[in-house]
Amino acid sequence: MSDTVDILLTVNGTQRSANVEPRKTLADVLRDDLELTGTHVGCEHGVCGACTVLIDGEAARSCLTFAVQVRGSEIVTIEGLAEDGEMNPLQQAMRASHGFQCGFCTPGFLMQITALMNENPKPSEPEIREALSGNVCRCTGYQSIVAGVLRATGQSPISDSTHQE
Amino acid sequence: MLAGGQSLVPLLALRLASPSALIDLSGVPGLDYVRRENDHVAIGAMTRERAVERSEVVREFVPLLSVAMPLIGHLAIRNRGTVGGSAAHADPSAEIPAVALATDAEVVVRSSARGERTITSDDFFQGFFSTALEPDEALIELRFPVVRPGTGVAFEEATRRHGDFAMVGAAAVVRTESAHIVEARIAVIGVSDKPLRRREAEQALAGAEPTRGAFEEAATLAADSLTPPSDLHGSSTYRRHLVRVLVRRALESAVQHSQEGG
Repeated sequence: MSDTVDILLTVNGTQRSANVEPRKTLADVLRDDLELTGTHVGCEHGVCGACTVLIDGEAARSCLTFAVQVRGSEIVTIEGLAEDGEMNPLQQAMRASHGFQCGFCTPGFLMQITALMNENPKPSEPEIREALSGNVCRCTGYQSIVAGVLRATGQSPISDSTHQE
Repeated sequence: MLAGGQSLVPLLALRLASPSALIDLSGVPGLDYVRRENDHVAIGAMTRERAVERSEVVREFVPLLSVAMPLIGHLAIRNRGTVGGSAAHADPSAEIPAVALATDAEVVVRSSARGERTITSDDFFQGFFSTALEPDEALIELRFPVVRPGTGVAFEEATRRHGDFAMVGAAAVVRTESAHIVEARIAVIGVSDKPLRRREAEQALAGAEPTRGAFEEAATLAADSLTPPSDLHGSSTYRRHLVRVLVRRALESAVQHSQEGG
């Protein structure tokens, strides 16, 4: 069972290779082998959404995918969002809206939001809530997360002004 | 056998399953397609649920499958989860088996020794996580009959939170003609060890006028003979109540759609 497999992936635009056990999840390969620890591992069985990454452009749970299943795929992680060391517009909007508290769930939320914005550049609030329904924030900062998405997509923040400046 | 992994990998992570070997199907070509073939729509086993959700062919010809898709987990789950995987997994709360049952879909399986065979949904789903698949067979395709004109569909669920597994769900396919129900098909989930058709209720509706009274009578017939399991999400009594409510709602909604012309 300890046989390993060579895999080749494109991660955040760069070709990466690793030699991994087939039973190793993509989340663990990203964190342990490629040292991209921005992807967080929460529940480890697909419920919390913290480990969400983009696989060939689509949001997916990296804890429910074995790395060997996505050989040759293009992966984008939270580390791939910043541009030249500067936070991208989504990250800036989330900061401006206080869109995270402890930050544990944040990478998963941002990757799910990135997928949403790629498909739907101006999602309505219900569409945002639907898209984020699979991501859990145990600080329960959902209002400000939704406000951050509205801000990032150039829409006025939601009526609840608790978290607005 | 590993398809999208959205059910099996959690079972592995929770140590509820510990197979000595897994065969990953993601490298098998030719199992990812949605196509209309004569009187049915054929969907390859490895077709992602999200692809089915986006498919115009499915929306037009297998509308029940289309409306059921957004009820499955969450976006990130549907991006990886497959139609064949859900059917072969046979979770008694899953939507795809209920759609297969309510539409009289067929399941195509193949073994290298004996070739292909086609199994009706009625025979395929046998119980808690168990199907008619033999150990050396793989599910390769689902065949959903093309919906007939004048048919409306609906899938109603009660869940604790959005995207959770349904405590109870009800699928309805109803065909009407000049303000009468010609044919109704009802499947329910979350109430037994497998999805169930409610044929007594279906028969009561055939030829009936689509009135609130008829829907309520059918919903009662659908619920009364059931003895659903109790767990921390809902008692047996509560689940039976949900069947009555959800079947009625699904019938009402399906009939309304059938009269709007689909």
